[in-house]
Amino acid sequence: MGILRVIEQKGTERLKRGFARMVKGGVIMDVTSVEQAIIAEEAGAVAVMALEKVPADIRQAGGVARMADPKKIQEIMDAVTIPVMAKVRIGHYAEALALEALGVDMIDESEVLTPADTYFHIDKRKFNVPFVCGARDLGEAVRRIWEGAAMIRTKGEAGTGNIVEAVKHVRLVNHGIRLLKHLTDDEIYRVAEEFSKPYLKLSMEVKERCGLPREVLRNEPIYEEYTFEEIVEGIYKILLEIRSLQRLPVVNFAAGGVATPADAALMMHMGMDGVFVGSGIFKSSNPEKMARAIVEAVNHYDEPDVIAEVSRDLGEPMRGLEIDKLLVRMEERGL
Amino acid sequence: MRIGVIGVQGAVAEHVEALRRALANMGIHGGVAWIRRLDQLKDVSALVIPGGESTTISKLMCKNGLFDEVKRLGGEGLPIMGTCAGLIVLAKRVVGAASGQRFLELLDVEVQRNAYGRQVDSFEAPITLSFSPDPFPGIFIRAPRILKVYGRARPIAFYREEVVGVEQDNLLGLTFHPELSNDTRVHEYFIEKAK
Repeated sequence: MGILRVIEQKGTERLKRGFARMVKGGVIMDVTSVEQAIIAEEAGAVAVMALEKVPADIRQAGGVARMADPKKIQEIMDAVTIPVMAKVRIGHYAEALALEALGVDMIDESEVLTPADTYFHIDKRKFNVPFVCGARDLGEAVRRIWEGAAMIRTKGEAGTGNIVEAVKHVRLVNHGIRLLKHLTDDEIYRVAEEFSKPYLKLSMEVKERCGLPREVLRNEPIYEEYTFEEIVEGIYKILLEIRSLQRLPVVNFAAGGVATPADAALMMHMGMDGVFVGSGIFKSSNPEKMARAIVEAVNHYDEPDVIAEVSRDLGEPMRGLEIDKLLVRMEERGL
Repeated sequence: MRIGVIGVQGAVAEHVEALRRALANMGIHGGVAWIRRLDQLKDVSALVIPGGESTTISKLMCKNGLFDEVKRLGGEGLPIMGTCAGLIVLAKRVVGAASGQRFLELLDVEVQRNAYGRQVDSFEAPITLSFSPDPFPGIFIRAPRILKVYGRARPIAFYREEVVGVEQDNLLGLTFHPELSNDTRVHEYFIEKAK
């Protein structure tokens, strides 16, 4: 054996994406207390999301929803051995840096909280901690991956107990992936240009206010240190990879409206790698039972007799809301 | 040859892919299968327990009957490789187990869960293997640490002075993730056991 120069690397893309790979086939549960976190761990959750309030209560309470109290997150980290995740507002670097310093295992840059930045998401490559981000379609998913997200989830419509939006987002992403198969490299480059346009919003707005033509200037950084051309190139490369893999290059979970074991099984049938359950567990009448049932449903999604068995006698699921009647559409936050 | 990967939760597809590449490199005709039910264990010539959440994997294996059967087969000499969470599931002694968590108790090691800290402490570093001269890419994600190697187990992988992999007759246990690298030497070494 030769002498090794030992160089330890931390926060690499492989470690961040690798962490997400370890939660595949699992259920990540929203919890708001140590007691709930322990129930989740005992039910077989692969991780918990530590929150101040579950999305259904955030919806009800209104006002500005922010990062949870670090004291509460710390208590939950101390109470369970499984990974602990926590949410930050879209674009809020300071909340993300604080949670990274606290040592949470993954940060969810989430539309469930009130956005801090109406132009941009966090440049997640600048962090050692891995991020998960929501997406409604292929464009949002690819932009978040380009920004360094190690994991994608559907946005769905959180806190509604209504699966319809999550199904829509899975369909939009999956169809987009299949469509790429039929496109030439040139056509994919044009898709990359289209997908990169949201990054221009700030630059165009400033030019308009200056009375200048709405044109992209050469060597003009439009997001962090990146020019439009660099962003298009980056997104083009990701799209080529997706075309050949025929899936996203990162782990992809369902979220936003999963309320029953059958909802979870449906998401797995549609090709998701696992599910987040927010309000669905602790807003049901028997959280322990619901938690175990959803874990089993994800594990046995293709065995209908198991889904039938675990769905029996679960008590009241969360009440649920119709999308048309909502005052706030969380999914519309962050493009 | 038919190799199974316990597929209840975790990085299953990555092992399936790595095993396929290893079989092809070795010129062995064989298949790799996800094992989620008891009947799928029939006719496997080797088994991998992947990385994931050890609490979840052992719970689901108990629930669907895989746990007792894998324990029996491992005791009878079926080659089994456990990586990260899989090592924890194989171990005889575990420090930092969740309450009520069960282990196969096949491998003569004492391991500590999440021994290096949290995800921000996860790291990559070259490691050495006893059976190959060149360094191997060690990928450690919320990794456990092997505190003691005793009985019939012997060290086969090292990071600095630390033991990060052991072998005990038909069993291999690793704290790192060979399935996340492109290097198939560890998988090939394991497949040799099933020949």
